[in-house]
Amino acid sequence: MRFWPCVLAIARKDILAELRGREIISSVLVFAALVLVIFNFAFGQDAELMREVAPGILWVAFAFAGVLALNRAFIPEKEENCLEGLLGCPAPREAIYTGKALGSLAFMLAVEIVILPVFALLFNIDVFRPQLIATTLLATIGFVAVGTIFSALAVNTRAREMVLPILFLPVVTPVLIAAVKASALSLAGSGWGGDMLQWLLILLAFDAIFLVVPFLVFPYALEE
Amino acid sequence: MSDTTASIPYAIETVGLTRSFGGYRALRGVDIRVGAGEILAVFGPNGAGKTTLVKILAGIMRPTAGSVLINGVELGDNARLRAGIGLVAHSSYLYGSLSAQENLDFYARLYGVKAREKRISEVLEMVGLTVRRHDRFATFSRGMQQRLSLARALLHNPSVLLLDEPETGLDQQALDSLWQIIRWDEEKRTVVFTSHNFERALGVCSAVVILERGRVAFSERACNLDLSTLRQRYGESAGAVKP
Amino acid sequence: MLRLKILLVASTLLMLVALFMVFVSVPTDAGQGVIQRIFYFHVPVAWVAFFAFFITFVAGIVYLTNRSQKWDMIASASAEIGLVFTTLILITGSIWARPVWGVWWTWDARLTASLVLWLIYLSYFIIRSYISDEDRRARFAAVVGIIGFVDVPVVALSIQLSRTQHPPAMIFQGGLAGSMSMLATLLVSVAAFTVLYALLMEVRVRIKKDEREIKKLKEACADE
Repeated sequence: MRFWPCVLAIARKDILAELRGREIISSVLVFAALVLVIFNFAFGQDAELMREVAPGILWVAFAFAGVLALNRAFIPEKEENCLEGLLGCPAPREAIYTGKALGSLAFMLAVEIVILPVFALLFNIDVFRPQLIATTLLATIGFVAVGTIFSALAVNTRAREMVLPILFLPVVTPVLIAAVKASALSLAGSGWGGDMLQWLLILLAFDAIFLVVPFLVFPYALEE
Repeated sequence: MSDTTASIPYAIETVGLTRSFGGYRALRGVDIRVGAGEILAVFGPNGAGKTTLVKILAGIMRPTAGSVLINGVELGDNARLRAGIGLVAHSSYLYGSLSAQENLDFYARLYGVKAREKRISEVLEMVGLTVRRHDRFATFSRGMQQRLSLARALLHNPSVLLLDEPETGLDQQALDSLWQIIRWDEEKRTVVFTSHNFERALGVCSAVVILERGRVAFSERACNLDLSTLRQRYGESAGAVKP
Repeated sequence: MLRLKILLVASTLLMLVALFMVFVSVPTDAGQGVIQRIFYFHVPVAWVAFFAFFITFVAGIVYLTNRSQKWDMIASASAEIGLVFTTLILITGSIWARPVWGVWWTWDARLTASLVLWLIYLSYFIIRSYISDEDRRARFAAVVGIIGFVDVPVVALSIQLSRTQHPPAMIFQGGLAGSMSMLATLLVSVAAFTVLYALLMEVRVRIKKDEREIKKLKEACADE
């Protein structure tokens, strides 16, 4: 089957449309930065406390930003009625999932590349550690894998944007927990072994499960 | 409708096509047959199930019961069969923020069209939009949008072309060029279109079906019909189910 | 009707026997005192909750393959019961935690995992409430039920690993193993609650069938 050409065509189209409007990346970026700033207000100026809660804040920002970005994966298709056009194509349904997920992954990573240095600056933390980058990458893949299928479900309900966070956040708790723990460890200067390895493995397991399961159920989320 | 013998499968055949939306039954057992190269006009009042029928034929919508056979093969979820179908629906299925060229390029990739650039130029030429190829789709008038939608449907050179009320919102000039393209198309495509306009439809179609509340109320070869008979039949079938 | 009666009688009898054993015949736990008796409810309730979600998962898969509304009724009825029983896990857990740990709520691993489970299945009903087309509702609910269930082990594992304060595993080590009558009480109680689950399922699916029948009749009347 022509799987990958369709995947790439869809991801390419989404990125092209995004480059035109820069709707997703710019608003998500501002949103994530706002979350960082607001948490800074909430926790005051205690440097020690800040260091303690920083990984949590980072991942709350990414999770909320993820909800925002993933919502946009299907809403424009729905608004322009293009979802039917995709369904009519000889693209396997799974290719639509993968293409959409790839597009969202690109947007999320673009946002994270900007937010991480901002985070480092605001919280006075060194973020350029390979462990943190690996954590971010694995956790983002997990977010996008789950989020893309829930986004497809949410867009076909009456409440649209509201449904995604309600579905998404409980299911991604393992990713959040593992990402926060692994980030804290890497910010504390941990190597690859020990607890770090354990959390990365959890992320890896989550990614593996949620790259396979949506594949099996996604066609049902899209059919009319 | 076609006299094709049983050994040659119909280009399109539906068997007991039924579709419900919750409790509402949009199609209640529709059987139609369209031979290769035929042009079938589907009439019917609003809510008769025309759009549902077209969407099911295009493989976008799944029937609740019954099946669609394309050249004797069940359509189901068969992606390869969808490659042979082109659809012009109410929506253009094109993206406002992309140019005509980019939109067509996207679909050409999805359909695996060979020599994309050349084919895109061909279909743009066919619908007369070559000069606008780099303009954003959102800036197009309704008529141009519809023509680009037709270009998208013809891009992969489908053997089956489905048109759902392609005339809606078009001005006279756009209408003429639309039918000209379909009529003078060199490929012998099988065409199914839905319409409200008997006059124009009778000029192009080779067979007629009238849908009424999800059922086939009337079906006939176009050569056996004139306009008044069709109007009368339409009135009868529409009247027959009124309370 | 016969099945309903049998289940009703069996469940009543078993529940009476279980109550007698829990409150009268079983000896009071030496270490924890009388509060330990709540485990004869807490454990069976947790078992029923997980079993119910498992049934939702299986019924969801069956629904997606044969598209019969019957299986959606089974899936959603089971999820309802599962949600109620998860609520009971949280309540009985809190009641136990109050005298033993001195607080109603603690972010202990199992309690937290139960809370996440509760949220996941709450979202199952939220998405159902936002879809009016019954086929789509059933389809989407099946997808959420499948993803939710697959997520449970990862949630449990990640929370377990993240909590250093492990709950004392005294139920099985200190108490039960020591006394055959404690084990017997627990088993009878599990049996009683399992039959109760079957009874509730029978009633709930029956009501759902009737509701659907009535809705169909109403629509048929409106159609005429």
